[in-house]
Amino acid sequence: MLGEGIAKGLAETARNFFGSYVSKERLTTVQFPEERLPQPEAARDFPFLVYDGPDWQAGLRCVGCQICEKECPPKCIYIEKSKDKKPDALGKPQFYPAVFNIDISVCMSCQICVEVCPFEAIKMDTEFELSTDDRFGGLLWDKSQLAKSNEHYNKIHPTEAAEVDARLAEEKAKAEAKAKAAVQAAAQAAAKAAEAKASPAPPSAPPSGSAPSDSAPSGSAAPSAPATSSSSSTVAKND
Amino acid sequence: MSATATGSTATGPTAIRPTATPEIATQEIAGKAAAAGDNPGELLEISLGPHHPSTHGVFRMDVSLDGERIVKLKPVFGYLHRNHEKIAETASYLAAMPYTDRLDYMCSLSNNWAYALSVEKLAGLQVPERAEYIRVITAELTRLQNHASTIGFLIQEMGASGTPLMYAFREREKILDLFESLSGSRMMCNYMRFGGCRVELPAGWLDEVRKVVAEFPRFLDEFERLLAGNEILMARTQGVGVLSKELAIQGGITGPILRASGVNYDIRKVDKYGIYDRFDFKVPIGAHGDVYDRYMIRMLEMRESVKILEQALRDIPSGPIMDPKSKIRGFRPKAGEAYGRIESPKGELGFYLISDGSPNPYRYRVRPPSLINLTVLEDMCRGYNLADTVVIFGTIDIVLGEVDR
Repeated sequence: MLGEGIAKGLAETARNFFGSYVSKERLTTVQFPEERLPQPEAARDFPFLVYDGPDWQAGLRCVGCQICEKECPPKCIYIEKSKDKKPDALGKPQFYPAVFNIDISVCMSCQICVEVCPFEAIKMDTEFELSTDDRFGGLLWDKSQLAKSNEHYNKIHPTEAAEVDARLAEEKAKAEAKAKAAVQAAAQAAAKAAEAKASPAPPSAPPSGSAPSDSAPSGSAAPSAPATSSSSSTVAKND
Repeated sequence: MSATATGSTATGPTAIRPTATPEIATQEIAGKAAAAGDNPGELLEISLGPHHPSTHGVFRMDVSLDGERIVKLKPVFGYLHRNHEKIAETASYLAAMPYTDRLDYMCSLSNNWAYALSVEKLAGLQVPERAEYIRVITAELTRLQNHASTIGFLIQEMGASGTPLMYAFREREKILDLFESLSGSRMMCNYMRFGGCRVELPAGWLDEVRKVVAEFPRFLDEFERLLAGNEILMARTQGVGVLSKELAIQGGITGPILRASGVNYDIRKVDKYGIYDRFDFKVPIGAHGDVYDRYMIRMLEMRESVKILEQALRDIPSGPIMDPKSKIRGFRPKAGEAYGRIESPKGELGFYLISDGSPNPYRYRVRPPSLINLTVLEDMCRGYNLADTVVIFGTIDIVLGEVDR
């Protein structure tokens, strides 16, 4: 019979239409601005810079190494490295980005900057309502706009942030242990030198290597200080 | 819209059927000769697009009509050209990966896989077992959502505004939600890496996939109830836009269009790339090569994809997801060349790479199924009505991001 197929199809449409009044499964739309679906944890749109502690300028993890700038596919990142150094979270003096700009209108949210960053300094945000009527400056973000706290990162990507924090804590502990060992080694060497006594003191050149693990045989560390809590910062200051 | 009158071609438009020899050039010459007045017929030249709602993206067709019938059809594209290949040659291998998402933006995970496959061939990387399964699962989910939306659009173009498309998009949305919770982005996934995948699956993700895959056949049944035996559908699709087997092979056509014309060629079976030799699935083959066959092939392929997904979800092992030899920064494959190809939802998607040992490819070439499948559009449309053109064009299933690159 002509029209049978059409009638069958319309019956299916009717089933969906009336079903939408009783079954949530058939009513899949969400009234967006009022009603919002939660974003999945992996959601990403634009990058931000992570900082530790209360002060964003002091706690910025970024050291201005410019790897993300180089690897960014659409080249939306612009970094100027600082001339001087500031101590980072581990107390080690590091460069910092004097200028760090991201052109959000160019960024394509690919997450490659996050993958290549060796310092866990840049992460993806989930904020998406960013429209602006400022044509030039509105979407060119500098580091004051990009800096967001580690707590924010923990809030938007809890699982990933917990992993990152654990890894950073481990690295910090390792660095501290290393510094401690260096102090101990230096102290032992100094004590040995004092014990020997016969030979005159070696020329006390300051240890030039940046790595604090170099057990400097000089008498810079007093033999009377066998590795107390004056661990990392005093040694690291040498370079 | 400009209308200019020229003479009709030497061959009468009603007699024209799709033939194995495309004769665009000779026809144009014949058309000019006929303009002198030895043929009384008048052709109406109209320009369909680039912002016509039924063209998929910014695509234009210069159509010559004799009454309602297509005499000549010239695809005009390039509006979406983004210099993809040259950008990839100036950037590192990794930096091209997010650009591949934007080729065929309906199926970014398939594109990722094709590119990763060719770089893995070039660099000799081994993909771990679990990553191979993840790739199969994501690629088949991509095929489901691509075919669902293609069919939805196709029916929409036949005049069924809304309903079938919305049903298809409802299902597509479920799959895109899976992609978002996996990779962070619904469409621009950027998920695969050379030698594996970027991140481990989120907790509970496989169970969500199992749920979606288990429900998917219900959508297919519903869609068939909605449309099977529909008289209008039959009238609009059967015997329309026939592509002969010979022309399909000569034109280098791949994918569902080729199989609808009766050629048994599926790269998943021919190449058995990845781990496709482990799955039990059939390749649907059409008999007539018309619009209806191309529609049905996609419906049947979705059922086969569900089968593959069920097997992959059953067998997926645990283990690492990245080759330990692979590295993100400072990736320099040794000098050489490689061509990796996969059966993307639209056809054979291949990446040809030449490396000279530097961090960026010396040559980077995409073999886009959309562009090559588009070349037979004129042969499929000639002799049919203008309204059929839109439907025939819809069955090719092109994405302009991939055509123009």
